[in-house]
Amino acid sequence: MPLLREPGARYAPSRVSALGLRALVLIALSVGVMVVDHRQHELTVIRTGMSAAAYPFQLLVQSPVAAWNWIAASFATRSQLLAENESLKADNRENDLRLLRLEAIEQENLRLRELVNAAPRDVETSKEASILRVDLDPLRHRVLIDRGSSDGVTRAQAVIDSHGIFGQTTNVGLKASEVILLSDPTHAVPVQIERNGLRTIAVGTGDARRLSLPYLPRNADVRVDDRLVTSGLGGVFPAGYPVARVSDVRRDPSQPLATVVAEPAAALDRAREVMLLWLHPRVPMPASAPPPPAVATPEKAQAKTRNR
Amino acid sequence: MNSSTRDSRWPLYACSLVALVCSAVPLPHFLDLLRPDFLLLVVIFFAVMMPRSGGLLFAWFAGLALDSFRGLILGENALAFVAVAYLAHRFHLRMRMFPLIHQSLVVFLLLAIYQFLLFWIDGVVGHPLIDWTRSLPAITGALLWPAVTGLLGRFTSRG
Repeated sequence: MPLLREPGARYAPSRVSALGLRALVLIALSVGVMVVDHRQHELTVIRTGMSAAAYPFQLLVQSPVAAWNWIAASFATRSQLLAENESLKADNRENDLRLLRLEAIEQENLRLRELVNAAPRDVETSKEASILRVDLDPLRHRVLIDRGSSDGVTRAQAVIDSHGIFGQTTNVGLKASEVILLSDPTHAVPVQIERNGLRTIAVGTGDARRLSLPYLPRNADVRVDDRLVTSGLGGVFPAGYPVARVSDVRRDPSQPLATVVAEPAAALDRAREVMLLWLHPRVPMPASAPPPPAVATPEKAQAKTRNR
Repeated sequence: MNSSTRDSRWPLYACSLVALVCSAVPLPHFLDLLRPDFLLLVVIFFAVMMPRSGGLLFAWFAGLALDSFRGLILGENALAFVAVAYLAHRFHLRMRMFPLIHQSLVVFLLLAIYQFLLFWIDGVVGHPLIDWTRSLPAITGALLWPAVTGLLGRFTSRG
């Protein structure tokens, strides 16, 4: 019996009250930690350290899935691989063509924007990330990706998949970070109807196939099959990426607001690979650029002499 | 701390790690909803059977580990774990005397209290998740309790 192994296990009544005291102290401590973590966000360092410690276990958790995928990949037949190769090549040709056209359009867009003196669009760089097969919480729509602060990931960074906006990063660890999906009930994304530029907000519902647009008045010009794209407001998501397609519009005469439901463009519950986006303001035109500093700082001067 | 207590602690850590990993193993969605709170079951077991080593501090650290593992607010599970471990600890002498079915019922109550505390904290923090599926892990956890006692009991008496 395990209970007999414990030496000196006597439970006097005084021990019970000491137990209550210890429980109270620990509960107070947890409340304190929660308040500091939730209100001040001051535990980032501790959080990063803890998630770095958790990372090996998260890898361990998904190792059976990874092993199965590896086995499935190594036993794929030659004909399957050839067929896949062919279709990928065809896709690639098509994408190359599209890219050529896109580059020309981008140049034209830049010239036109210059013409009307509009601020140039931000430049985006991206990095691929895979979703770790770790179940975080069935009631929250969060996933873990295998990129962290060591790859330059920061909090509130846009994540997309090949069809549209996927979500944004919330907790960033050293090697992995947590992504909140568009469909999480606590997530909202500023959007625009592509057809007429009407701006609104798409809110998650907790269902991976539905977003809700709760702030559209009854007479708003919104129709089924309208495409919603990011409006670029809020500064998290770049403008112009597809978010969802309106799937249902209901106008109840007794309600001031319409009930609009949209279907996310991204494969929120099926994607394996996603892309992280970094936004950089485009380098200003040479004419408007500030003149380079005439006097080099001491460190730079030293570096120059060392280089020589 | 003498050597015999130290020796009897390693199953505690091993079981907690296994339970932590079990709490994140990828499952299909409907099984994910049913997934019992493995780590809390381990905490309750050790609070009842080995209250000296599996005390409140252990429960607190286990809860904190789960928080960081799941990316929740730090302290959410820690608080709920300590509260449940306190109750289990308080009634451990009585619980050891109960027949297994009776024990399962008490465990169900403890798990339900845990879910309620989490629900409450989520509400205070501002992310209330009102969903009946929240109560499912308490039921599956209570059903799993006899297996847990059988498995961990053998493990601890051998180690």
